[in-house]
Amino acid sequence: MSQIRLQNIEDLLQVMSTALGRYLERTPLMIGIHTGGTWVAKHLHASLGLSDVLGSLDITFYRDDFTRIAMNPQVKTSQLPVNIDDRHIILVDDVLHTGRTTRAAMNVLFDYGRPKSIVLAVLVERDGRELPIQPDIVGQRLRLGDHQHVKLFGPEPLRLDILEKPV
Amino acid sequence: MTAPISQFNDDGTLHHFLTIEGLGRETLIQILDTAESFIDVGHREIKKVPLLRGKTVVNLFFESSTRTRTTFEIAAKRLSADVINLNPLRLSTSKGETVLDTVKNLEAMHTDLFVVRHSYSGAALLIAQHMPQHVSIVNAGDGRHAHPTQAMLDVFTIRQHRPDFQNLRVAIVGDILHSRVARSQIHALNTLGVAEVRVIAPKTLLPTEVERLGVRPYHDMQQGLQDIDVVIMLRLQLERMQGSLIASEQEYFNLYGLTNDKLAHAAEDVLVMHPGPINRGLEIDSDVADGPHSLILSQVTNGIAVRMSIMAIVMGGQSTRRED
Repeated sequence: MSQIRLQNIEDLLQVMSTALGRYLERTPLMIGIHTGGTWVAKHLHASLGLSDVLGSLDITFYRDDFTRIAMNPQVKTSQLPVNIDDRHIILVDDVLHTGRTTRAAMNVLFDYGRPKSIVLAVLVERDGRELPIQPDIVGQRLRLGDHQHVKLFGPEPLRLDILEKPV
Repeated sequence: MTAPISQFNDDGTLHHFLTIEGLGRETLIQILDTAESFIDVGHREIKKVPLLRGKTVVNLFFESSTRTRTTFEIAAKRLSADVINLNPLRLSTSKGETVLDTVKNLEAMHTDLFVVRHSYSGAALLIAQHMPQHVSIVNAGDGRHAHPTQAMLDVFTIRQHRPDFQNLRVAIVGDILHSRVARSQIHALNTLGVAEVRVIAPKTLLPTEVERLGVRPYHDMQQGLQDIDVVIMLRLQLERMQGSLIASEQEYFNLYGLTNDKLAHAAEDVLVMHPGPINRGLEIDSDVADGPHSLILSQVTNGIAVRMSIMAIVMGGQSTRRED
């Protein structure tokens, strides 16, 4: 795919870090979505020097397609070591595509408490939204074909790749 | 058990949960790992996840139960299912309706999952054979045959304290003959690769050829408990006993009742378990049941997460099967 150029991951993380600076005065709590979102969040959390420990969310039990697909054999446990009530949350994911993962993640969060606000930060925003969900912070925007799929590999080093789905 | 029925879907995922026999190590590990994630739900402000929202679970207990029925009910509710508890002993079957007719009528009300307990070995399997494809059956105990969710919560509890199964020695003590729990535990422990499983009981309470299950039989507590890491005590099922299988309750307690004296032969940090209900002073002394080695109440707590895991796994992918 010669037209699509993926930027360097370090640059994307730098762009996100800088943009997140404006939320720092709210002493936000950062939470990554398993698995790629947690990888990205780990970098952002370190570069922003946030004081609260990084949280992570597994959305398996909140997927809207659960009764259509089998249970994911690798369920992780959500780790929210800090009470989220009345906190400003930065929710981090690797790729925003349909918006369904974000919706599920917000449902998980509200079963843990009532956050004051949530902003969404994603490494890559691609087209194909199926729900009215938009990111607040974006590393890179991509327009991909229906047969294309962007995937983050990690945890170290992080690497983005565009995969062609078999037709 | 004549007509073959698989616990699996075509893609190898679990559709029913009837027995541990025939399940691979990976399937058992998936159940345990998923249960691990559900433990967290019980500690949250909102103790619910939406996995089985809109699904109807029927607890169908043809035999009495407190712990199992209650933990299944809590488990289903924490998965957001609607739960109906039936005790058919007091309902239609006492009017002459057969078990299969009862279940078929309930299925006609668009229920999705049956949790079945029955005194007849093979009851859950029989019901599974007569259900449409989208309905799942979980066995909550059938006769002397199997009680697979109990065995899974037991191995889950062991794993929390002793994750290294390869070096583990487990002894199951008591009424093995009548125990569906013991049969399921033996299959689970062997599938997960524990070093040794022993059964300790008088000859009258051991099935013939019990060695074929992959256990080493003992008739003496002192020998059998030597260097054991986990002791699982079983309830003496007096209600299932016909004829005199034990001389007297007092003599049984003297020989096989678990006391701190007998426990001293086991490993120093031995774990003591019992599926309940316990008969204090018959198979276990109160000092042991309430003592520092006892995990009896952890087993009950873990029963919820393990049953959530099993129900969630068998219901995964369910709506695709409704169409065919």
